[in-house]
Amino acid sequence: MARKKSAALQLSGYRRANGRVGVRNHVLVLPVDDLSNAAAEGVARLINGSTALLHPYGRLQFGEDLELTFRTLSGHGANANVYGVVVIGIEPKWAERVAQGIAQTGKPVEVFSVERHGDLNTINMASRAAYKLVQDASEVQREAIQVSELVMSIKCGESDPTLGLAGNPAQGRVVDRLVDIGASIIFGETSELTGGEHLIAKRCATPALRKKFQQIYDDYIQMIEDQGVDLMGSQPTEGNIRGGLSTIEEKALGNIEKTGSRPVNAVLNYAEPVKPGQGLVFMNSSSAGAEQVTLCAAAGSVLHFFTTGQGNVVGHPLIPVIKVSPNPITCSTMSEHIDVPLPDLLVGEINLEQAAERIMKVFERTANGRKTAAELLRHEEFVITKLYPSA
Amino acid sequence: MAHRALAHRTTDDVAVAVADLRAGEGLEIHTLDGGKPHQVKLLENVPLGHKVALKDMPEGHIVIEYGQQVGRMTKAVKKGSYVHVHNIRTLRWDYGKSARGKKGGQ
Repeated sequence: MARKKSAALQLSGYRRANGRVGVRNHVLVLPVDDLSNAAAEGVARLINGSTALLHPYGRLQFGEDLELTFRTLSGHGANANVYGVVVIGIEPKWAERVAQGIAQTGKPVEVFSVERHGDLNTINMASRAAYKLVQDASEVQREAIQVSELVMSIKCGESDPTLGLAGNPAQGRVVDRLVDIGASIIFGETSELTGGEHLIAKRCATPALRKKFQQIYDDYIQMIEDQGVDLMGSQPTEGNIRGGLSTIEEKALGNIEKTGSRPVNAVLNYAEPVKPGQGLVFMNSSSAGAEQVTLCAAAGSVLHFFTTGQGNVVGHPLIPVIKVSPNPITCSTMSEHIDVPLPDLLVGEINLEQAAERIMKVFERTANGRKTAAELLRHEEFVITKLYPSA
Repeated sequence: MAHRALAHRTTDDVAVAVADLRAGEGLEIHTLDGGKPHQVKLLENVPLGHKVALKDMPEGHIVIEYGQQVGRMTKAVKKGSYVHVHNIRTLRWDYGKSARGKKGGQ
């Protein structure tokens, strides 16, 4: 029954100057640092259709932590869901650096700095730039695109055993299907692989990748233990425990179900860029929803699948986050947050293939412009991963 | 008939409730890999998403779910019992194990 392969996907999107393909068409106002949030917000309030990515960092960071913040900011500007960017920094040097990272894509970027202008003049100049970008963006048409041109990502959150039984195996089938037709899919959640990390290591495509994965995993756990603590008390979370998860191993094995069964073709660190055609990609990341989705968007993901048991409500300012839940309580009490309800899968009224097909249908419509629950409810979490204190 | 609880693998020690279950219920619990169903009489209430013991397990038993090790029993339980943080803990950072060696630990 209903075992037929999904009909060919009819997808539309936005093809950018560098050939990358997005499914949304945002104009971004990007503050380089905490001090520039006010001006960036001022611009976004004035210019309808522009989006400011406010955040608390970008001052006196150094080393790998600074590089990660630059990579996260430039990565968001470079994301194929973005038409053009207005960058605002307190001083010109770092603002130029972030802008250059974006300009490599060939998309329009305008840079402003607050010092020697003040917020009001900066908002004036930057708003005029944003005005032009939004108007230009509004004339860009969607065109036919292929799945093989897309980079996407996955995560689960507020997990419970209904995900391991139903939601994640269904999502795993979707991942296998998308990888088989050429998409790149990013997964991460390093600490939440604990208890199943050997299963991911086994799936790494080469011994070199396996070694790199094991090193990243071991370093992450070492970093936690160096604090003189362990993950108990935070993994599983109180929400997980309420939902029925008892141990990190149980959580990890459920989590891993959503990665499907294909080989891991690349192992990357935080926010390193991912290209189309790479297949399944592991990226080192926190297991916190907003941090992980932000890192995926920085790496180039244009659409995110998010399975939830107890009802994580996370979204992102630039990429649609599709919520999938098999938990009947969550689907009835929080229905406005769930794009793909699967409670009938949990009790066996539909099978995994039918559930995967339901997710694929919503994926197709969402890529084509249908707004997700998180987009409608203004869940626009943007959370930069901070590696250590600033100088 | 709609499932009331499901196990991942035939060899698993626990199954997951897919509805709120009441003590005294007699369940036929199927496994996702198509193995022989378990017949279980529930000894306790088990909420949706939470686990049921599919066999008697002594204290210290390494619990299998997904065909993998997911934790260690800190108390003995009977088949049909509710299994959660009050009687199972992780094998990582397994202080429960070392505490036993230290006598009166925790």
